Amino acid sequence: MAAISFDAVQKSFARSGKSFLAVDRIDLVIADKEFVAIVGPSGCGKTTCLRMVAGFESPSAGTVSVDGRRVTGPGPDRAVVFQQFALFPWKTVHDNIGLGLRNKGVAREERESRIAKAIALMNLQGHETAFPHQLSGGMQQRVAIARAYVLDPDVLLMDEPFGSLDAQTRITMQEELVRLARLNPRTVLFITHSVEEAVYLADRVVVMSRRPGRLKEVIDVRSVRVAEKWDRIERIEDVMDHESFIHWRTHIWRSLREEKEEV
Amino acid sequence: MNPVQSHVLTRAEILGYGALGLIAFLGLWSFLSLSGVVPHQFLPAPHEVAARFVALTSNPFAGATLQQHLASSALRFAYGFLLGAAIGIPLGLLMGWFRVLDEIVTPLFDALRFVAPIAWVPFAALWFGTGIGGPILIIFAGAFPPCLINAYRGARFVSRPLIEAAQMLGTGNLRIIVEVLLPASTASIVAGLRVSAGLGWQSLIGAELIVASTGVGFMMVQAQLDISTTTVMSAMIAIGLVGVVIDVALRALEAAVRRRGLA
Repeated sequence: MAAISFDAVQKSFARSGKSFLAVDRIDLVIADKEFVAIVGPSGCGKTTCLRMVAGFESPSAGTVSVDGRRVTGPGPDRAVVFQQFALFPWKTVHDNIGLGLRNKGVAREERESRIAKAIALMNLQGHETAFPHQLSGGMQQRVAIARAYVLDPDVLLMDEPFGSLDAQTRITMQEELVRLARLNPRTVLFITHSVEEAVYLADRVVVMSRRPGRLKEVIDVRSVRVAEKWDRIERIEDVMDHESFIHWRTHIWRSLREEKEEV
Repeated sequence: MNPVQSHVLTRAEILGYGALGLIAFLGLWSFLSLSGVVPHQFLPAPHEVAARFVALTSNPFAGATLQQHLASSALRFAYGFLLGAAIGIPLGLLMGWFRVLDEIVTPLFDALRFVAPIAWVPFAALWFGTGIGGPILIIFAGAFPPCLINAYRGARFVSRPLIEAAQMLGTGNLRIIVEVLLPASTASIVAGLRVSAGLGWQSLIGAELIVASTGVGFMMVQAQLDISTTTVMSAMIAIGLVGVVIDVALRALEAAVRRRGLA
């Protein structure tokens, strides 16, 4: 079953009277429980792709569908994790995580147990009553991930989720996400600037061309990961030293560099 | 004299300069009145006004003491102000969320808000009488627009990701308004309440000059008929003092809101 599919998707925006093409000819099928990362030069429209799956934007041509249903607007079956977290500053950690469940009409008892589970999953115990501004960036993003996971969504959309975190926190969060993906696999569409991050996390890495963004290359990292047994390696830096990892990282870097030099 | 930004004043300096202004003002007033430059029947001396002010607190004038007139005015103010806030804030938030409502209400509202509250006096008296109803309509006409405008602006300028986060969590319209737009607009709304209270209090006194059988404005009209300049000035001072009290109270509310980080 295809969880997410882009079918001849095109998106143009109007800016100061003129229309410009942001993404063009996107055909991509993401399988159920598959983790796909999109990398591409700035402004290539990778975030636009994610926003169309989320239902924040609609395609100018073609269709985006999730589980065979055409996307018409945002909904809790497609949880989003934003770069700037987008937590509600006036709600506690507990209430931020609980809002989606309240919207679904989940009964209090079940709601509390699911919130508690999400809090435990993201190692947020003891911070239930804290407000977002009292937490570090990394902690805030854990809350945002918990808020998405608690809904048990079919699809998880992550828009440069670690982009605003410092390097160390970023690595911790990447390891957490790998742990989470093994514990509780979801269909994930992950947008990033970081090639390492994409190769480390994703089953497939999609490289986009510069604007108008098109699919340049789709790289199957999963088969390499399985063959080279990255899964057995505990720490991210050890994976990054691995020859197969370096091979793909360099390959994607070159592919991206070509895009930049054409400008 | 230095430009405003060039020098930070101490608290004592601020109080000192304030007192200086007041003393200069009272000095000039005393001089004009006592020297006979301005005829005494046009401008009573400060000490005479002060004596009259004190006397008015125990000797009834136009059927009531100064405090009773003030209490009557304050009650009308409270009704009109609360009515303005109770209708203006929800309507402003709704307009900030529902585009259609915005398009329907805005032209009408923009035309009506330039009609000075005092212009409603004839209809206020005709429709609601000169007791409490008429003045309430007039103060409502003064207090309502800032409540609406600030709630509307607050709602319109809520950061896009917060709204998108609420939508992807499946939050319904009513809950978005109450749990996202309202808290995000609190600072703007409270600032609007301050403006609203000032305009409302000014409008009320104007209204009472024409439609009322008690209140500070009514008291001034009676004093005018008696050609009692000291009574008129005492009423003016009372109006100013109550205005300051209202403003200080709302400024404290504003500061409290800011401290809670709801800005």
